[in-house]
Amino acid sequence: MTSDTLTIAGKSYASRLIVGTGKYPGFEVMRRAIEASGASLVTVAVRRVDLSRRGGESLLDHLDARATTLLPNTAGCYTADDAVRTARLAREAGLSDLIKLEVIGDEKTLFPDNEGLLQATRTLVKEGFIVLPYTNDDVVVARKLRDAGAAAVMPLAAPIGSGLGLQNPANLRILLEAIRDIPVIVDAGVGTPSDAALVMEMGADGVLMNTGIAGAGDPVKMARGMRLAVEAGRLAYEAGRVPRKLYATASSPIEGIVR
Amino acid sequence: MTILLNGKDHDAPEGATVIALLETVGLAPGRVAVEVNGRVVRRDDFSRVALSEHDRVEVVQFVGGG
Repeated sequence: MTSDTLTIAGKSYASRLIVGTGKYPGFEVMRRAIEASGASLVTVAVRRVDLSRRGGESLLDHLDARATTLLPNTAGCYTADDAVRTARLAREAGLSDLIKLEVIGDEKTLFPDNEGLLQATRTLVKEGFIVLPYTNDDVVVARKLRDAGAAAVMPLAAPIGSGLGLQNPANLRILLEAIRDIPVIVDAGVGTPSDAALVMEMGADGVLMNTGIAGAGDPVKMARGMRLAVEAGRLAYEAGRVPRKLYATASSPIEGIVR
Repeated sequence: MTILLNGKDHDAPEGATVIALLETVGLAPGRVAVEVNGRVVRRDDFSRVALSEHDRVEVVQFVGGG
């Protein structure tokens, strides 16, 4: 994989940054932030149409259909059955097989329910979906998801919307070492560009975020910051960093010093 | 007849199709997905699938999310 593109299930996307569309103060800010982020994959949620409010603006009117690919999620689903049902509706609404699979196990942390997640992954893979499961940073679960046919695994850095940044670097490192054949996309908990750069430097294939941008004081500026951070982190990973040393090593020649 | 539309009772003409239901509630069929009694109805079938009394109908769309 090169610096610029993220390949999922054989299809390349122009950016390694995936962004959400929730929590923005308005559609116009969202549109400008997505543009500034450079993201080409954009997540959306599936919800009942509010029939008491007619003629409201639609999210899709504010997304550039040519520059972005929709990645519907199953956010809010607490059972495999509900997630599968939501995924099927999303496929029909968006006419694409991509699904960000969430099966939540706990309201307070929004941590995934691993058992339900695996079950839903197996069902959806059988139905031809390209399944991107949101998971915790557990290498055992990640392997099971991969073996079940997931097109990527998306471990959290920290709880959804927390902005805490990477809480368990060792777990992510282990996961990145073990999962080499499908992309590892860090999803959730990224609060600031240094968080994004860090996980990219460690070798993550991509980062997915929503609140970190949408909740920032200036979402458009933050979107650009995140874009640069993801690119910078990836470049550093590909370049290979210098070893850490406890003591100094002179950068200038030690010979020929004027005495 | 009464159907359950997005969790609420809704009066629909006897034998109304999915497309007719969407028209009465003012929704364009292009951007929604529809489920009847837990099964997704393909967009191509909106004009063919007729609803029955007490059907549970879900009409969903994409909204902002992460």
